[in-house]
Amino acid sequence: MQTFHRSSNVIARVSIFGAIFFLAFLGWVMASLFNSSYASGQDVFKRQPVPFSHEHHVQGLGIDCRYCHTSVEKSSFAGLPPTETCMNCHKQIWTNADLLEPIRASYRTGEPIEWTRVHDLPDYVYFNHSVHVAKGIGCATCHGEVDKMPLMFQKASLQMQWCLDCHRDPSKNVRPREEVFNLNWQPPADPQEAQALRARLTKEYDVKSLMSCSTCHR
Amino acid sequence: MDSVNGKGKCGAEKAPEPAPARLNLEAVRERLREKRGPEFWRSLDELAATSEFQDLVHREFPRQASEWVDTADGVSRRRFLQLASASLALAGLTGCTKQPLEKIVPYVRQPEQVIPGKPLYFATALTFGGGYATGVLAESHLGRPTKIEGNPDHPASLGATDLFAQASILTLYDPERSQTLLQNGRASTWGAFTSQVAGRLNALQPTGGAGLRILTGSTTSPTLADQMQQLRTRFPAARWHRWEPAGRHQSQAAAVGAFGRPLETRYDFTRARVILAVGDALCEGGAGVRYARDFAEGRRGRGDRQEMSRVYAVESVPANLSSVADHRLQLAPAQVEAFVLALAQALGVAGGQVALPAEAQKWVQAVAQDLQQNRGASLVVGDEYLSPAAQVLIHGINQALGNSGVTVSYQEPVEVDPVDQVRSITELVADMNAGQVELLLILDGANPVYTAPADLAFAQALQKVPLRVHHGLYQDETSVYCHWHIPATHELESWGDARSFDGTVSLIQPLIDPLYDGKSIYEVVAAMLGKADATGYDVVRQYWTPRLPGLAAGLEQLSKDTAGSGGITTALGMGGFSGDSGFSGMVGASGAGAPGANGAASPSPGVGMPANQGLGTQGGANLPGQSTPGGAQGSGDLGSESTIAGSSAQGGPATGPAAGVTGAGATAGGNAFETAWRRALHAGLIPATASRPAAAAVNGGAVQESARRIAETAGRFQPGQITLVLRPDPTIWDGRFASNAWLQELPKPILKLVWDNALVVSPGTAQRLGVEYHDVVTLTAGNRTQRVAVWILPGVADDTALLTLGYGRQHAGKGTGQGFNAYPLRTTQALWTAPGVKIEKTGDRYILVNTQNHHVIGLYNVNEDEEASEEAAKRHVIRHTTLERFRQDPEVIQKEREKPDYKNMTMYGNHPYEGHKWGMVIDLNVCTGCSACVVACQSENNIPSVGKEQVQKGREMHWLRIDRYFGGDLDAPSIHNQPLPCMQCENAPCEVVCPVAATAHSDEGLNDMVYNRCVGTRYCSNNCPYKVRRFNFLRYAPKAEETPVLTLAQNPDVTVRMRGVMEKCTYCVQRIEQAKIESKVERRPIPANWLQTACQQACPTHAITFGDLNDEQWEVRKWHDDPLNYGLIEEINTRPRTTYLAKLRNPNPALEPAGGAEGAEHGHA
Repeated sequence: MQTFHRSSNVIARVSIFGAIFFLAFLGWVMASLFNSSYASGQDVFKRQPVPFSHEHHVQGLGIDCRYCHTSVEKSSFAGLPPTETCMNCHKQIWTNADLLEPIRASYRTGEPIEWTRVHDLPDYVYFNHSVHVAKGIGCATCHGEVDKMPLMFQKASLQMQWCLDCHRDPSKNVRPREEVFNLNWQPPADPQEAQALRARLTKEYDVKSLMSCSTCHR
Repeated sequence: MDSVNGKGKCGAEKAPEPAPARLNLEAVRERLREKRGPEFWRSLDELAATSEFQDLVHREFPRQASEWVDTADGVSRRRFLQLASASLALAGLTGCTKQPLEKIVPYVRQPEQVIPGKPLYFATALTFGGGYATGVLAESHLGRPTKIEGNPDHPASLGATDLFAQASILTLYDPERSQTLLQNGRASTWGAFTSQVAGRLNALQPTGGAGLRILTGSTTSPTLADQMQQLRTRFPAARWHRWEPAGRHQSQAAAVGAFGRPLETRYDFTRARVILAVGDALCEGGAGVRYARDFAEGRRGRGDRQEMSRVYAVESVPANLSSVADHRLQLAPAQVEAFVLALAQALGVAGGQVALPAEAQKWVQAVAQDLQQNRGASLVVGDEYLSPAAQVLIHGINQALGNSGVTVSYQEPVEVDPVDQVRSITELVADMNAGQVELLLILDGANPVYTAPADLAFAQALQKVPLRVHHGLYQDETSVYCHWHIPATHELESWGDARSFDGTVSLIQPLIDPLYDGKSIYEVVAAMLGKADATGYDVVRQYWTPRLPGLAAGLEQLSKDTAGSGGITTALGMGGFSGDSGFSGMVGASGAGAPGANGAASPSPGVGMPANQGLGTQGGANLPGQSTPGGAQGSGDLGSESTIAGSSAQGGPATGPAAGVTGAGATAGGNAFETAWRRALHAGLIPATASRPAAAAVNGGAVQESARRIAETAGRFQPGQITLVLRPDPTIWDGRFASNAWLQELPKPILKLVWDNALVVSPGTAQRLGVEYHDVVTLTAGNRTQRVAVWILPGVADDTALLTLGYGRQHAGKGTGQGFNAYPLRTTQALWTAPGVKIEKTGDRYILVNTQNHHVIGLYNVNEDEEASEEAAKRHVIRHTTLERFRQDPEVIQKEREKPDYKNMTMYGNHPYEGHKWGMVIDLNVCTGCSACVVACQSENNIPSVGKEQVQKGREMHWLRIDRYFGGDLDAPSIHNQPLPCMQCENAPCEVVCPVAATAHSDEGLNDMVYNRCVGTRYCSNNCPYKVRRFNFLRYAPKAEETPVLTLAQNPDVTVRMRGVMEKCTYCVQRIEQAKIESKVERRPIPANWLQTACQQACPTHAITFGDLNDEQWEVRKWHDDPLNYGLIEEINTRPRTTYLAKLRNPNPALEPAGGAEGAEHGHA
């Protein structure tokens, strides 16, 4: 006498194969989740105390990146402007704008403005702005065309995979040092010319592919 | 078994391991006689080949270290597996957690010079052991100090630091620090305090302040001296008592005896060819770091090692210097003094004959002859702990040998108003008992209830004082007896000044606003003077206003030097972006062997003040014209100040109140002062303020009297009578650092105990007394008894028992209840030695934790196959040779090496190492085992402290450890230290076993450790033959939710590791990367010798050299190719990148015939 009904065979087969598919599906869900902008924060706007527009200040007014991000050539940290920098201009213009009240309040009281970080690497990653700038990597390469962003968002995924994509072959993103802060720079249209420029700059700036763990993790 | 704690204080502490087995010392001696086993041994357990030790050799961690036994009931294996599988199942989900939104907060007004992401370095000074200053550079990240480096321009530092300076960062952020001003134990205010004290002082005014007493430790601060002078002017009958528990009591008495006045002695080790160290010679008078550097200069071997100094060490308990001495002789304290007398007699300084053991007699002859042959180039150093009589004899010996003015010089005391402190505190107690003290202020962390000599019964007397005030960093034993307790500021939070061992003045500037509303001693004394609102800044500036401009010439010179080469240097050359001038300064400095000077940064880092204090807000208020009359008063009255005033052309004694200065003169003076002030702050010192040598002749009568006294004492000496030796603790000093976990957990040099002190005796004495490790005994000195646990240490003289001060505290934060209090056995008559103590077993045990058997490098298995064991014993962890042998054959060490043929011995292919190739060389010949490097590493790399119980399980986290070995005779061993960081093997066993590639080889030869990748399998650690990997069994890092203040101490450039993660030394990879990035940004190579690891930078003797092995300009390359270079257990083909220089000894043939003792043993080479 059979303990199990014949249909048990089918159920068993389906369960076994089903389990494999289920696990694969689960893996796929996890991977998609991990790579989604939900996890990476890519392309997501974040609420800020003041809706500062890079588009207006950079494209509209032509202010250089370094006017506010003063330490980008000197330090690991690009620098976030102190309230004083905002007030350099806003003492004179838009002095009564409601939107700017948090800035004026900060200047008045000495309480700093708490911005929400847009580009936020994990604490175990030691990224350094100064060396990337010195090697001819443009702001726009990682941050996108900031001058076209009314509100700031994270253009790249900032995941390790994305970092390594460039670190394996940095020459593809090298540009002349004088164009680093030009957000609209384009490599020469002619592929051969572009290739020649990249090759020349890579050599000239001594750009190397740094793949040791301690380059970023310490 | 249970540990039975004698005092019941740590009763909760369980001993999770079986207690150590009883040692059979006879068997040990037998083994040594037969010369079986290793040439050098770590401990008696190793010699006895106990099963525990065998176990440690084979295991990665001690037994049970890896098990979950932290909860009281423990966790069963089954339960553990359940939890582990549940964790594993859920672990995948944790990867999905979204990074939380984080805030970014810019300044409102960004201070000048602050570049977020780049540290600033401020020159300041720290004072230890009697108030002597060590010049330091404090690294500041956005206003929080995180690391201390030595100031290369400062004479007491020369760029190095001691372990106390390194650990001061932790004291600053210690959450156990006193945080509130207390009146009778209740929170109160500064205003309430000052008004009550002012009232009391007004009441005392008619009697001239009779009844006002102040008690402090020793000080060297010119400003404080001036304030005290003012206080004396106002209250002529007031008295200032001094008590520095581990001060220079006997040295001072000896100086008064020998020279008639309390001169201080200075040594020049660089000019000494023969050095006789009687006791702890490198610890004298706040100059330990400098002396160690000087000593190493002579020791490293001049002229291609054709000549090097010869060092004899005579001592009762092993001192750091004895590990690098050529000969060491251990004698009971009384016999050490007899030895000094015998030497004096042999050199004709004193007459008569004194009886000595045969070995010591032989020494006297040999040493006397050697010293005679090197007249004027020899040096006899006696430490503070020798009796004044013996020290007088040593002064006499140095004079007779023509060393005065060459290797030894004398100077007027740097200490302010040096008094006989034993008398000072005795008188205070007598007056308190007599009811003559109305108001007692105990200032600057003095803790007399705990530290005063026991026969004075300070606490009882104290209670007779109507108003008692305590001022200190901690609420301690004294503060509980006081009506008022005022929290003190740490030196990194306050303004001040101090002088170094040679008299050089340093200004102390704050790195951060006071964390806990503390007051500095200057502010408290100013309040006594009626200026309750004066800040330390005001007080110090007012003092220097009339004086500093006169010293400006020297400052100008120094600032020129700084702009060229040398000068103020920083670890990473911060601010070096500002132009090429900064860079050229660095190159200039590299030639001189200094780490990077940075002319471009001058004079900026010094003037900026951290936190919210701007010069702009305070500077203007302090022009001389506005200073209060008291500020400049009495400047000429003080003895110690004469050297400062004397060296200045314009800064002579002010004749009256400076308030008279007006108009243009004041402004001009103000400008001159402002410039000089900024320069002095920037430089970290005021040049040309060093003391000049004083003429001194030893009083012949005093020498004869001393000889007579020693002969008398020596005559009373009976073998078998035990002498108690008291010493400041090598890590927590007189108890002031008891709450500092870095220092508590630092294995004590040579002894290797952590978190406790113990009664340390020799194996012979232990055998005679029938006591063992961990046994609790009663120690009776006179009519005072203390219970203490016993530790056995080869190298201690027989009939000698060492107990260090500073433990057994009742109110000391984290140090509370640790160890055994030695102060109750310390009396005014017996400060450092107490002969004739009785030791009796109680039958109790107290588990002491010692790291001597942790991380054993397992090369031999003494129990198994005899032949294999013999073969293994030849593998020398420490290699050594003699100067003689080396001269005959410079390749002697290279011939011994068993370096495999690297080319053909790897499956993975050889790494090319283009570009940099980082390497390190450690010179065993000059390493004194002082352990400053270990604390420096801890501070730089965010290494947590784990506590006594965790250390017992072998879970201490130090990336760099110092292994101590003994060699030779059990009863008179040689002592060796071996610092052991990660070897950064080129063929690393750890890398190939990591299943997740969390440890990987970098292009430059580092074994990178990626914490965020590590899943904690610990395979790497299992496979590491050097046992340098450390695992976070628990969450050891400071917890922001519990002690947020401790997170301020952390280096932002190094990841804080979480639980379950492996970690290890990476040659300070954050510094390497920083240097590489700077060089790339500035488009130039890294200047040779510019980059230093934390351990290297702290090392007082330059024993550690680090750098690029691919570049011949780096010093490390030279040492790497040196004939003395060897790799540790390199025969197993790990290709260590960290290598060692073999010990080179320079023995006296009269004491060690060629081919004798250790030489013969080594003869197989």
